[in-house]
Amino acid sequence: MSKNTPATKKQEDATQDRGIVSESERRTPVGRAGMSVLNIIIFAFLALGSLFPLIWLTKAAISTSNDTLRDPLAWWPSGIQWDNIARAWKLIDIGGATLNTVWIALGTWFFTVVVALTAGYVISVLRPKYAKLLMAGVMLMLFTPGVVLLVPLYLTVLSVPGLQVNLLNTFWAVWLPSAANAFIVLLVKSFFDGLPRELFEAARVDGANTFQVFWSIVLPMSRPVIAVVSLLTIMGAWKEFLWPLLVLPSPKLFPLSVVLADVAERVDTGTLIAGMTLSIIVPLVAFIVFHKQLIRSAGHMGGVKG
Amino acid sequence: MATVETPRSRLSVQTVHPPRSKRSVRGWVRRGGIGALLFSLPLIIVFGLFAWWPLLRSLPLSVQKTNLVTEPTFVWFDNFARVLADPLLGTAILNTTWYVVLGVVFGFPLPILLAASIRELRRLRGLASVLVYLPVILPPVVSVLLWKQLYNPEPTGLLNTVVGWFGIGPLPWLQSAETAMPSLVIHAIWSGCGGAVVIYLAALVAVPGELYEAAELDGAGVFRRAWHITIPQLRRVILLMLLLQVIGTFQVFTEPFVMTGGGPNNSTLTVLMLVFRYAFGGASDFGKASALSLLLALFLALLSFVYVRLSRRWAE
Repeated sequence: MSKNTPATKKQEDATQDRGIVSESERRTPVGRAGMSVLNIIIFAFLALGSLFPLIWLTKAAISTSNDTLRDPLAWWPSGIQWDNIARAWKLIDIGGATLNTVWIALGTWFFTVVVALTAGYVISVLRPKYAKLLMAGVMLMLFTPGVVLLVPLYLTVLSVPGLQVNLLNTFWAVWLPSAANAFIVLLVKSFFDGLPRELFEAARVDGANTFQVFWSIVLPMSRPVIAVVSLLTIMGAWKEFLWPLLVLPSPKLFPLSVVLADVAERVDTGTLIAGMTLSIIVPLVAFIVFHKQLIRSAGHMGGVKG
Repeated sequence: MATVETPRSRLSVQTVHPPRSKRSVRGWVRRGGIGALLFSLPLIIVFGLFAWWPLLRSLPLSVQKTNLVTEPTFVWFDNFARVLADPLLGTAILNTTWYVVLGVVFGFPLPILLAASIRELRRLRGLASVLVYLPVILPPVVSVLLWKQLYNPEPTGLLNTVVGWFGIGPLPWLQSAETAMPSLVIHAIWSGCGGAVVIYLAALVAVPGELYEAAELDGAGVFRRAWHITIPQLRRVILLMLLLQVIGTFQVFTEPFVMTGGGPNNSTLTVLMLVFRYAFGGASDFGKASALSLLLALFLALLSFVYVRLSRRWAE
């Protein structure tokens, strides 16, 4: 009896969740064999395609350059070499580049979140007359291909209109253009659209002003969307290459991607691979910790991006 | 901080003198106008300076001579004429189109197939989606440099060892004009597949199970169900993903830039790399670069327009 209830529930879940192959087909001998084969094919494919290159990268990071070039599939024919890591640290300055990348990611995250939350609040909740205009301006950028902005944005960074400052070789040159992220603004705006309006109106009637409503009602309720936006912007900032390459020409400010591309032809294979391996530790750990949230947000919102 | 009046006082104000205060500055302030404006400032400043202003500027830039040394002067269509006269433009267009076509033909169906297969898994679906997403986590530069190692053209290179087991090669991979672009595409498929799979997986959850049930009762086998239900149910996502992939790959830059630098013999030079060369390759010819950017953007806009028009019938 007690065994029966979870079993029925499980079956119900399965019918709710059915895909192409039905429950009864899965129970036939052919269905069972077919599903086993499918499992094996998928995981063999993924192990070979996704896992193997990363394992090889880690293996090559502690192999001699000679081993990696001569016999890339052998497990350390001439022993494990930890020197690569030390040399990557010294020759490529992975430590400094990691700090730069962290700094770029944090600033990008901060400004993107501030712009998206305030803009979402104005467009979705406050709705002044010009909100439609702001929304149109954001939509316009969603449909603008990145290539159009490359040159004029670079020239803007060289001399910001109205301020006449040159942001070249400052992190502001990465932070502020990245914060103009139409996709993220729309993401937050549509999240705010789903919040109950009565809540804001009740707070208003109780005497809360615009700022208080934002601080004590909107912000605490935005935690899920802030989490998604944080993941997307920080992972995105870690991947950035072309823009930092252009606006941070001083080697002292190079983030990981730029420094690795810069030294790729100049250092030996072992050192380069060690540097590459060190540079992906942070995104990998972040992925392992947040894989559920990241995959869910990438799945639901990735389709809107572009 | 901001002392903005509440709706309650707005109500009382309106009952005292309704018509005037509604339009006056004081009425605007009382209705929370300053608060809304303050909250709009981050968007207006950041988008104004770093999105709308550059977008507006892209037009005059393309008809001016700008090199940062002398004052910009209007040269009208001279930039466009010089772009069109560049013998490398044809090469770049052909290369980029080849890259897009190869990516669509070999890279587009794979994530759909993978997602539909992973969807059928019962227990290990979570693990499969984590594994499939793993390459997407890598920064593009790292994944390009990793594949550059795999593409080592020596007979002892990793991929050459593997194809050697099947009696093929050794292949020159990135070192020859014929194989360089297909090699770039293989890498692009590898690094982009996971992102698409995750999107299709999310869309597959929304396919109603009753449709499969009805088809099964009608005697449709597994593959016919996949073809006649799964694919049509995903059509909106499929159409959107195809457009996004085409728009994205027409603007490819980082991969050829880091992997081959456009070589060998300009066989992997793309349109965006040409833009980069004009502007940042020493000549600082920003006008020419803007002109080519605009041409590419116009082409992409036209392509999207035609595509949406043509695909509308299937989407509905």
